[in-house]
This record gives sequence, structure tokens and C-alpha cells, in this order.
Amino acid sequence: MTALTDQTAEHQTDAGHHAPHRAQAGAFSPKQLWKSTPEALRKLNPRDMWHNPVMFIVEVGAALTTVLAIALPFLAKTDATTLTFTWWIAIWLWLTVIFATLAEATAEGRGKAQAQTLRKTRTTTLANRVLGYDERADASAEAARTEQVASADLTLGDVVVVVAGELIPGDGDIIWGIASVDESAITGESAPVVRESGGDRSAVTGGTRVLSDRIVVKITSKPGETFVDRMIALVEGAARQKTPNEIALNILLASLTIIFVVVVLVLGPTAGFANAAPTVTVLIALLVCLIPTTIGALLSAIGIAGMDRLVQHNVLAMSGRAVEAAGDVSTLLLDKTGTITYGNRQAAEFRAVTGATDDELIEAAAQASVADPTPEGQSVVALAATLRPSVWSPSESTQRIRPQTASVDQRGLGEVVPFTAQTRMSGVDYADGRQVRKGAPSAVLKWVAESGQLTDAAQADLDREVADISGLGGTPLAVAVKSADGAARVLGTIYLKDIVKTGLKERFADLRRMGIRTVMVTGDNPVTARVIAEEAGVDDVLAEATPEDKLALIRREQEGGHLVAMTGDGTNDAPALAQADVGVAMNTGTSAAKEAGNMVDLDSDPTKLIDIVTIGKQLLITRGALTTFSIANDVAKYFAIIPAMFVTAFPGMHVLNIMGLHSPNSAILSAVIFNALVIVALIPLALRGVQYRPSTVASLLSRNLLIYGLGGLIAPFIGIKLIDLLVSLIPGF
Amino acid sequence: MTNLWLFLAQFGTLAGILALAYRPLGDYMAITFTTKRDLAPERGFYRLIGVRPGAEQSWQQYLRAVLAFSVVGVLFVYALQRFQQWLPYSLGLPNVHPGLAFNTAISFMANTNWQSYSPEQTVGYTVQMAGLAVQNFVSAAVGIAVAVALVRGFTLRRSGTIGNFWVDLTRAVLRILLPIAAIGAIILIAGGVIQNFNPVETVHTIAGGVQHLPGGPAASQEAIKLLGTNGGGFFNANSAHPFENPTAWTNLVEVVLMLVIPFSLPRTFGRMVGDDRQGYAILAAMGVLFTACLVAGTIFELHGGGDSAIAAAGGAMEGKEQRLGILGTMLFDTTGTSTSTGAVTSAHDSMTSFGGMMMLVNMMLGEVSPGGVGTGLYGILVMAVVAVFLAGLMVGRTPEYLGKKIGGREMKFASLYFLTTPTLVLVGTGLSFAVPALRGSIVHTSILNPGQHGFSEVLYAFTSAANNNGSAFAGLTADTPWLNASLGAAMFLGRLLPIAFALALAGSLAAQDRAPVTAATLPTHRPQFVGLLIGTILLVSALTYFPVLALGPIAEGLHS
Repeated sequence: MTALTDQTAEHQTDAGHHAPHRAQAGAFSPKQLWKSTPEALRKLNPRDMWHNPVMFIVEVGAALTTVLAIALPFLAKTDATTLTFTWWIAIWLWLTVIFATLAEATAEGRGKAQAQTLRKTRTTTLANRVLGYDERADASAEAARTEQVASADLTLGDVVVVVAGELIPGDGDIIWGIASVDESAITGESAPVVRESGGDRSAVTGGTRVLSDRIVVKITSKPGETFVDRMIALVEGAARQKTPNEIALNILLASLTIIFVVVVLVLGPTAGFANAAPTVTVLIALLVCLIPTTIGALLSAIGIAGMDRLVQHNVLAMSGRAVEAAGDVSTLLLDKTGTITYGNRQAAEFRAVTGATDDELIEAAAQASVADPTPEGQSVVALAATLRPSVWSPSESTQRIRPQTASVDQRGLGEVVPFTAQTRMSGVDYADGRQVRKGAPSAVLKWVAESGQLTDAAQADLDREVADISGLGGTPLAVAVKSADGAARVLGTIYLKDIVKTGLKERFADLRRMGIRTVMVTGDNPVTARVIAEEAGVDDVLAEATPEDKLALIRREQEGGHLVAMTGDGTNDAPALAQADVGVAMNTGTSAAKEAGNMVDLDSDPTKLIDIVTIGKQLLITRGALTTFSIANDVAKYFAIIPAMFVTAFPGMHVLNIMGLHSPNSAILSAVIFNALVIVALIPLALRGVQYRPSTVASLLSRNLLIYGLGGLIAPFIGIKLIDLLVSLIPGF
Repeated sequence: MTNLWLFLAQFGTLAGILALAYRPLGDYMAITFTTKRDLAPERGFYRLIGVRPGAEQSWQQYLRAVLAFSVVGVLFVYALQRFQQWLPYSLGLPNVHPGLAFNTAISFMANTNWQSYSPEQTVGYTVQMAGLAVQNFVSAAVGIAVAVALVRGFTLRRSGTIGNFWVDLTRAVLRILLPIAAIGAIILIAGGVIQNFNPVETVHTIAGGVQHLPGGPAASQEAIKLLGTNGGGFFNANSAHPFENPTAWTNLVEVVLMLVIPFSLPRTFGRMVGDDRQGYAILAAMGVLFTACLVAGTIFELHGGGDSAIAAAGGAMEGKEQRLGILGTMLFDTTGTSTSTGAVTSAHDSMTSFGGMMMLVNMMLGEVSPGGVGTGLYGILVMAVVAVFLAGLMVGRTPEYLGKKIGGREMKFASLYFLTTPTLVLVGTGLSFAVPALRGSIVHTSILNPGQHGFSEVLYAFTSAANNNGSAFAGLTADTPWLNASLGAAMFLGRLLPIAFALALAGSLAAQDRAPVTAATLPTHRPQFVGLLIGTILLVSALTYFPVLALGPIAEGLHS
């Protein structure tokens, strides 16, 4: 097998991959909880706690109960049972708070590990700064003087020279040269990438290593604001701000908390009327059970974990807001090339004209392409080898396609005629005078006509094939050969086809069900675009698109109230990326593109937009589901605590004790314990996110309502009962 | 079995009448509030008060207008009562004392019509007609106006304004309430409700006893009392009085009057937002809650207590009118408490513990089943916003209701809205028992019955006041400084704070663009959403009120 066929194989696996790159990091292990405990204890500081009103109240309650437990023996006569009970409640209230901080610490811990790796790339290196760079006279800066400065001292606009083996000292654009760069520190991808001046692949990132050649880089970031710096801040959660949805949810939770504070405060005097006033401990226990502690404890962990899941997909979101917006996206702009189709057209068919055999055509096409490094050219060779192994077979030893038949071998490789914009052809001139060419049909025809050997039949055949292939949305290439005696003739056409990635149609159908419209953006003419769109199953097409068209389309969609997501890598994509609600820049792209987007895909895989949308949705679903669960839990807690509080004053209340809990004290403690344990039990879910399968909104809602609404109603009845069975074994309960 | 058939017949008739009214009345109201045309009398009125009908108001301006109008209304009714003895047709009654006048003035502005007094012994015909009846009209109109403004919040796109309060108010009175009230009054007169200006007639009965037969323009008051879900009785006994509600037949008419606008407003809502199905969903939620509460209340009264006396009477007949029976009484009283009318045909505190609890529950749902005129609609729309928020998150999108995103700002106002009433109820009740001086006044003066029934009386008073219902549990002496002041405050805040939050929400929604409906949009017209909305309302109310209910009617009912 050759490199070529490997490439095809790789493409296939590529399209099939939905799994995240570093999915292993997403798995949750109890060990993480243990490791995060010190950090969790640090977070108990009331000043930090204040940001989470729900848990702050729990902490105040815990402190109050502890003071009470300590003070009780010194106050009026207290029986041992009350004292034990108060201590038990105090302990479990503290555990409730700790479990909450533990959830947050665990979520952050996973990011911290990632940041640690990144930080290693940020070690200060020495940079060769060019003094008085002159881009006209000395673009390569070979003659210019350089000075050595610490990378941290580089500022915007500095020009540095980096040679093989050195670390690139800061983010910038290559202004001269070409180099292979190892970016594994950031992307986790070990294969080196090629970066070169000009075009869309000129951006380099500080902390990556040049493996070969020499480049001149213009620094585009201020110290401390490099890409890696931002990445570290993001994965660590330092830059985390509450997202709009989180704010709205926090308002709801705070309101519920206020109501329950009022409910509990009023309970003292009103129950006092019936001489049934509960103790302060019981009231605090009731309050903690009622306020939405489950979601309150896990809310920030869910947000951090959402960002973290993106990181595991090798996507960096510049803000949590962008992740949330991803869940809301209703229009997806997808570039045809690279996203919907494989980056390049591939040869799909050879069509010989009258007067030429298939074998002749295939051999000539392969010969003309053998030195053509473009993927199109390579695909011609590969197709030839597949169709006619007898005529054309790749040799393994050289890792390069070589003619194998004796006749070809004897002639040798000859001189390669590269493709130029003027000739629009490429091919080989053999030493024996024979020439093969492939290229744009009109150019090839002109070349043949120069020798005046074009038959009418061949001309007609060619015209027909060209029209046919164009109609199918493909690109026709003509193949011609000139024999040693100077007689040229057309052999036929190669049908170059856009290959739609496998599995996309299903994904687009999923998206449609999720309410997301896909629009394919392409520079192709409308006919070609339609054919591909049809094949891929996208909803709409923007053909012959210029960057301005793209921007206008986004604006139009947004006018209509849609949220738009897109990917881009070129500098001319930057305005559209900035305009889009979710703009995913490819890491291979220019710094302008990366600056404009609100996410960067380190794998530079545009298909990942779909994963990003899923993660955004999952984040919101997890929040909603746990909120519903948390509120639904309260019903059971009422049935545990209310009869326990009042059964002494109103013996008839025992009928409300439908769980048949052992004693008032055990009932209350069991509710508090359940309330605390449920937080720990749900940490994995908060970090992993609620399972999300694309389906209709109605069925999604039914499913989640059933699991988290009804489940939240029923689960605590069972849980509290089971805990009560254990608590009843404690002496004094 | 007879009871079941009778119940079904009565319920079926009611449902049939309401169903017939739903579309025409709902559509008519929608046109009323969307048309650009002003009627001649309206134009004259606008010139008189200096309002340009075309000038739209921002939500702040709208709110300021509501507040100004309400405060002026309070002052006017207060003054009328304080000067009563010099007014014509005062029946020789003295000026109303300040505490009571304050309470009553607020009560009628707030569409609560809580009456700490006995009307026939306190207010003359002028106060009744110029003060109370006028407030009956305009306070109902304010409710409708605010509801319409909130609905506009959903329909408008990127708008800084939500309509003109004065126009909405005028149209609600002139085009909706007056015509229907007039028809209603005539039907009631035909049914035997009195309408005259006679003073109290003293009759010597054959047995030698003396009876005082009151007169008065009762039918005209009665119609708007019910239509505007006000509930302030012309007589102390309210609709239990045979001059207000003589027969089982007028009983049904009165129930229809109470329900017809609240149950038709969802249609108006659906019309205005351009999707009738949205209206049906809201209607369904209201209808299910109403029916469930009615059935529960009726069952408790039919079978409550379970002792032989109740069985012999065919149900808990204590405090109920023989001519209406349990079914008629429970239909009326469930309607009265569910619509924020507060009109009663029986003494609620004589119901069984759980029957009485249902009256409390009807109000504790937040008056959304179907609630008062306008107030019920805006109340349930706010709950729908909360339900959409939870559900929307669970389908993985920023929640949207009718194309409007429910973000932080919207949740802030919705949360404040549903915080207000429970807080007023609980704090009012709590303070009554927490502060020793108040506790003394409550326990020794106000509460009639011992034990938890007494507690229920106080809880009921605050629930009724804060929810602007106005019905009383009976038994409670409310004309005390503490209750006059605190219930007055509860009514005032329970009326105007939610209005402020609803209008703020309207402003915030109106300012938004309307997002298109896609396959990812949560459908809010399906049974699924109706269930979710009902669940949200039930859960929020249950979690808020379960402890106090446990201390009141539940403790009493389970006290075996």
C-alpha cells in the first residue's frame, strides 16, 4: 500500500469519527473527588461562597447549627437525644456544603491538569529579534542584525527569526519562509504541520516548535495575551463568567430560596400558635432540604464541565456564552470544501474518446499525473492503479508512484511540466520526445490543435463528455498525448468529482430534527453546488459565494431571528466569523480568523461544528434537568419533615408519614442526609452532561421530564426511606 | 349517583355556555384591543382627560398611569366614605371610620373587595354606586388592560411601547364590561334579584317577630361584582343573600358571569399572538385546574366528616343555603375563590376542613384557574414563562415562549411576580402570630374559633387579601387596627407589585425581536406543555404553602 491509498483510508475513518480526540479525559473517577478535597475545603471561605447564594445559606445554616450544638449543653437542660441530633444535623449540613465545593473543585481540577501541560509550553525562550527589519530589501532577514531577547519581552509588531529546533517565541504570522511546525503542545496532534508565509496558513502559535527550515515571524500578540495564555485561563476557569442562561437560572434559584426562607421563618411563630414550634435545628434542616441545593451545588460544575467537554473535543471556546449560543444555533453555514466534501476533488472515472482505448487513456492520465503533487493528481494515479493494475501499478520501495511496465521504465521519468495558471495543464515530457498532458479541456484542445491532429469525432466526444461531467457537478479534465513524431491526439477525459464525506447525510437529518438548517457555502457555480447539496442532503446552498455574500447571508438569517454558526480559516472569513453567533476558527487558519471567531478548533475539522452544537445543547439540558430534579425532590422532603415536625402536636399527622419513617428525628436527619448524598451522586452526571440524542423536541422533553421530573419526585421517597432504615440503627434515633 | 348526574348536568351546562362564549367574546375582545378606531364617546372622553389615543406608552409610562389611576381611585373612595353622612342616599349612616375606610378603599381599587364591614350597616347607596360600583368597573378594566399589555409584549417586535393605558382602560369599560354587565343585570332582575332605591323596610311577621328587609340597587351591582370578578357583596351575606342570588338558576347565571371573561381571555390572547392554539393551551391549563379543584371540593363536602348527621343531610350542609344545595354552593364558591371574585354563597369556615382547604388552595394557586378578569391571564402567562424556562433548558435551548427569549431579565420579573403574593401571605400571617401585641389582638379579638380553625381564619384572610380575592373564611373579626392595616397593605401590594412586574416583563418582551419557530422550538400548544404548566403551578404553590396548610386545615382535618 502506498501513501496515497493510506490517505484515502484515512479520509474514510475521518468521516466516520464522531468520537472526541481525547475522550479518555472525560471519564470520571472517584479518585478525582479525593484529589479535589483540599481545594474543596479552601472554597468554604464565605467570601467565595457568597457568589452562590443557595450554598451560602446552607453554610450559614451549618455554622448556626454547629454553634447551637456547642452551646446547647450550657443553655437550658438538654437531653442527650437532642444534642446527638443537633450534632448529626450539623455534620451533615457541613457535608452538604463540602459536597458542593467538591463538585466545583473536581470540575476545575480537570481543567487545571490541562492547563499544567499548556503552561510548560510557555517557558521563556530566547528570541532572535530582527533590528530594523526591511521587508523589501531583505525579506528573509539574512543580512539584518538580530539581538537576543526573552520571549516575554516581545511586543506587538516585533519581527523574529526562528530556525529549525527552536521554539516559536510568540503568536504571530510568518512573513517569510516555510517550515514544518510541531504543534502537538497545543493540539495534541503529533504530526507536524506546514506553515508558510502568505495565504491562510501563515499563523504560528507561541510555544510550538519549528522542525525544519527557517522562518521570519511578525509577532501579533502582546505579552501575556498570547493564545496559550488565553487557553490556560479558559481551561482553568479563571476567565469564567456567568453566562446569560446561568444568570437567568440563578435568578430563579434565588427566588425559590427567598420563598423557602420566608416559609421557614413563618413556620416558627405560626406553629407556635399550636404550641408546636419546631426547634431552630429542625427549621434549618427543613430550609436546607427545601432550597434547591442540588442544582445550586452543581451549577458551576456543569458550566465548567461544559467548557471542558469542548476542550476534550479539542475546541477552545473563548467564552461560556459562545458554548451556550451553540445550543441555540438554528442555521449552520458549512463550507463545501473540507466540510461536506473531502478537501479535494478525486478522479472518479476515465472516459475515452473515439479513437483511443481505455488502457491508453488510463496510462497517459497516470503518466501525466505522476509528478503532480496535488491531491487531484494523486487521485488520478490511484484510480488508474485500482482500475488497471496491469497497466499501472505503484511501487512500494520508493513510496512514490512509478511506471512499472517495461516500456515506460525505459523511457524514464523525463521532465515534469508543472501546472501554471497560464497553461492550465500539467504533464511530463519524456526524454524520447513523447509528451503527455492533462488539464482544462479548452487548454488541452488548444495544445492538440497546435499539431492539427484533432478528429471531428474526438472533438464531438470530448465536448459531450465535458458537458456531461459539468452537468453532474464534476470537473472534467482532458488528457492528450503527443508522440515522439509530434503528432498529438486527445485520448479522453477524467471525471473529477467532489466526494461527499460518508455519514454526513445522516448527521444532517439529525440536525434537521434538532431544528437546525444547514446551508452549504461554496464558490462553485449553482448547478454544481446543487448536485453536491442534493447528494449531501443539506437544506440550502449559497453558490458562487464571496466573503461578502457570506456576511450578508449571516446578517439576513440573524434579521430573521436565527442564530448562525460557521467555520472559517481565511482572513477574508474574519468578518463573517465575527458576525456569526458561533464562529469556529480553524487552528490552521490565519490569526485574523482566530481573533474574529469565538471558538478555535485545534483539529481544524469543520465537521466538528455539529459536535459543538451538541455540547451546547447538552450543557443547557443538564442545567434544566438537574433544576427540575432538585425542585421535584422537595415534595418527598416535605412528606418526611412536616409530619415529623408536627406529629407530637397533631397525632393525626402520622398519616402523612407515608414513608413510614422511624421517628421524627430520624426522618429529618434522613432527609438532610439524602439531600447531601444526592449531590455527590450527581457529580458524575454534572461533569459528563445529560445524555443527548438528536430527536424531536417533544420526545426529548417527555424523556427528560420523565427521568428528572418524575424521577425527581419518586427517587427521594425511596432514598429517604433507605437512609432512614440505617439512621434508625443509630442509638438515640 | 344522583349527585354525580346532577353534578355533570350542572357542570355540562356551565361548560356549554362558556364554550359558546369563548370564540365570539374572545375574538371581540381581541378586536377591541387591536383596532385603531375610537368610538365617538371615547374620543370625547380622551379630549376631556387630555389623552392622545394614538400615543403609545413605554412600560414605565403605562405603569405610572396604572399607579396614578389606582391611587386616585383609592383617595376618591376613601373620601366618599369619610364624607358619607353628608351625601344623598346615605340611609342615615355615619361616616366610615378611617381604618375601615382605608381598608375598603384599597380593597375596591385592588379588585379584591375584601369587606371588613357589613355593607347594609356601613355604606349608603351613594358610596355603593359612585364609589364601590365605579371601582368594580375600573379595577376590572385595569386588570384587563394589564393583561392585554402583557400579551402585546409577546406580539410586538423591537418595540419600546406596549400600548396606551387610558385607551385600554376606556375600551375595557365601555366596550366590554358595561354592555355585558347591563345584559347581566337584566337577566338577574328577571331572575329575582332586587333593583330599587327603597330604604330598609321593617316588617312585623305573623309570629310577632320583626324583620328588616333591605332594598337597594342590588342587581346592577351584582352583575359587575361578578363580571368584573370583584366580589364585594351588596349585602353582608354576599351571594348567599336571597336578594342577591335568589335561586339555583341565578346561581348558575352568576357563575357564568364570573367565568365568562376569564375563560374567554385565552382566546383573546391566542388571537392577538396569531395562534389560536396557544389560547387553547392556556384555556386547557385553567380548565383542568378549575375542574380538579371543583371536583375535589365537592367530594370533600359531600362526604366530609363522615358522621351520621352529615350523611343524613346529604353532605356538609352547615353554613350552606338549602336552596342551592352542596353542588350549587361548591360550584359558586369554587368559582368565587378561583376567579379572585371572592363572592360566596356559604360560610367557608363551616365547610369541612378539607373543603375549606380547597377554597384556600384555589386562591393559593395564584388566582390563575382561571383567575380574575385580566389578572388570571397575566398570572398564568407569567407561570407559563417559568414553565417554559425549565422545559426550554431541558430541550437544550435558550428558552423561548412565543418567539421571545426568556433570559435573565425576563426571569427576574417573572420570579419577582411569583414571589410577591406568597411572601405577602406568609409574612402577614407570620407577623400576626410572631409579634406579641399583634398576636394578642389576633387571638383575643379577631379569631372566633379555637385551635387550628382559628389559625385557618387568619391564613385565609391574608391569602384572600394578597391574592386580591376578597372572600372571607367568616368567623374572623377583621375590623381591627392590625388587620385593617395589614390586609390593606397586602391588598395594595398584592395588586400593584404583580402589575408592575407583569408590565416590566411586557416591556422587556416587547423590546425583543421575535424568533422564528423551528423544529427545535418548544411547542407550547400541545398537551405536553399544558401538563407542564399545570405541574409548575401546582408544584410552586404546593411547595410554598404546604407547611401553613399543614398547620391549618390539614392539622384540623387529621385531628382525629
